[in-house]
Amino acid sequence: MQLTNRSKIVVNKEMTFAEKIYLPAILSGLLITIKHLFRKKVTIKYPEQTRPVAPIYRGWHVLKRDEQGRENCTACGLCAVACPAEAITMTAAERKKGEEHLYREEKYAAVYEINMLRCIFCGLCEEACPKEAIFLTDRMVPSDMVRSNFIFGKDKLVEGVESNTRIDISQRTTAHRHQ
Amino acid sequence: MEFLLIKFVLVVIVFVVSLGIAAYSTYAERKIAAFLQDRVGPDRAGPFGLLQPVADGVKMFMKEEIIPSNADRLLFILGPCIMMMTSCMTGVVIPWGHGLEINGTFYPVQITDINIGILYVFGVVSIGVYGIMIGGWASNNKYSLMGAIRASSQMISYELAMGMAVIALIMTTGTLSIREMVEQQHGFHWNVFTQPLGFILFIICAFAECNRTPFDLPECETELVGGYHTEYSSMKLGFYLFAEYINMFISAAIIASLYFGGYNFPFIDQLGLSPNMLSIVGTLIFFGKIFFFIFFFMWIRWTIPRFRYDQLMHLGWRTLIPLGILNILGTGVYVLYKNGQLHF
Repeated sequence: MQLTNRSKIVVNKEMTFAEKIYLPAILSGLLITIKHLFRKKVTIKYPEQTRPVAPIYRGWHVLKRDEQGRENCTACGLCAVACPAEAITMTAAERKKGEEHLYREEKYAAVYEINMLRCIFCGLCEEACPKEAIFLTDRMVPSDMVRSNFIFGKDKLVEGVESNTRIDISQRTTAHRHQ
Repeated sequence: MEFLLIKFVLVVIVFVVSLGIAAYSTYAERKIAAFLQDRVGPDRAGPFGLLQPVADGVKMFMKEEIIPSNADRLLFILGPCIMMMTSCMTGVVIPWGHGLEINGTFYPVQITDINIGILYVFGVVSIGVYGIMIGGWASNNKYSLMGAIRASSQMISYELAMGMAVIALIMTTGTLSIREMVEQQHGFHWNVFTQPLGFILFIICAFAECNRTPFDLPECETELVGGYHTEYSSMKLGFYLFAEYINMFISAAIIASLYFGGYNFPFIDQLGLSPNMLSIVGTLIFFGKIFFFIFFFMWIRWTIPRFRYDQLMHLGWRTLIPLGILNILGTGVYVLYKNGQLHF
């Protein structure tokens, strides 16, 4: 009974002499492989070249500053609560007099750590944040030999004050959700 | 005294060059494998990854040296030594160039021109099997033993067909000295044109003798873990792998000198260069031929899949040996006809 018309009839035909001596087949195989020698290579040499990433790509987090260079984060802890992997820990501190140019509000995160080995890059911290302080970026987390180096503190998370050290997130789909 | 000194220098040069070429064959193998698979290959150590063999060598030396407690210690160490020694010994009889004439004395670029050069090569190569056999046996591991058994039976089977291909060649050239064979191919009278079938037989058997794909059953990873060197680590493993590359270099040199004219090239007499200059150019061309054949070995590796064991034996005993006999017969008739001893 024929179920589909895609079935093929198997033939166990006798090989011809040219097929039996096997050498013509080897020659055509050699031709195929030598063609690949001159093909364009598919390799992307990673640290120097990177693959283009999608606008929704979620990588290395950034703690944003506002236009005047003050940290947005107020250490409310909503990101840590939202985090399903429990990767975020922080210690809050009160802003002193004369620190107004460093922190936007009276409370700030003295310590802010994300364990990059626990983080699942789901982006829930970004969604939970009421202050537009944390964003996931298109930067990839670099590899390391030591586990303790994967606990990223404020030194690796907070962006710089100068315009050239700012991390641009305007291309991210989540950049202006709260407005 | 001067004779000894010159020979000593030549031995050192040939030794160092074959080690260097073997080292860079590992790099070439990885690069060519990568290129044939549309990849880039090692490119991190040095420019274009050229220091990769050095890095590999350091890695091999630094690795932990393990001798299994149930292994036969003496034989276990002897295995890689024999393998390495025999593969280095074959380079002695190969004529690397015509020779240089300095101050009226002629110095051939060859360590020794023994009049049974080709037999010497066969003798040394067949000792090489012992390196694999002893190593596999001494490991006291079933996979090693299986690999060793495969290697020895494969090499013995293919040596026969290889010998037959060479017998036909000896019949046409009338000499056993490799140097004389090369000299006879002066210009473009290469033996591959008079012995095409012999050449095909010889190169197939050379692949089998070097344990290269499609005949790499002795170290068939999918069936035998690592084959005869499963239990080896550190530089002893390095010696086995290295010896394989030296073997490949030497067999490329032998193929080039037996069938492709060695250091001869077409229009050698029309160039009008001095004999010394011609000799240097000839040596360079000889190395070009060798590199082509090394490339060919690697090219084949990424083209043809490995044979099954029964296919290997079938090919060796039921195809190559009858063809070899046929080739000897045909060559005999041809030689008789050429000498006018055959009357129809």
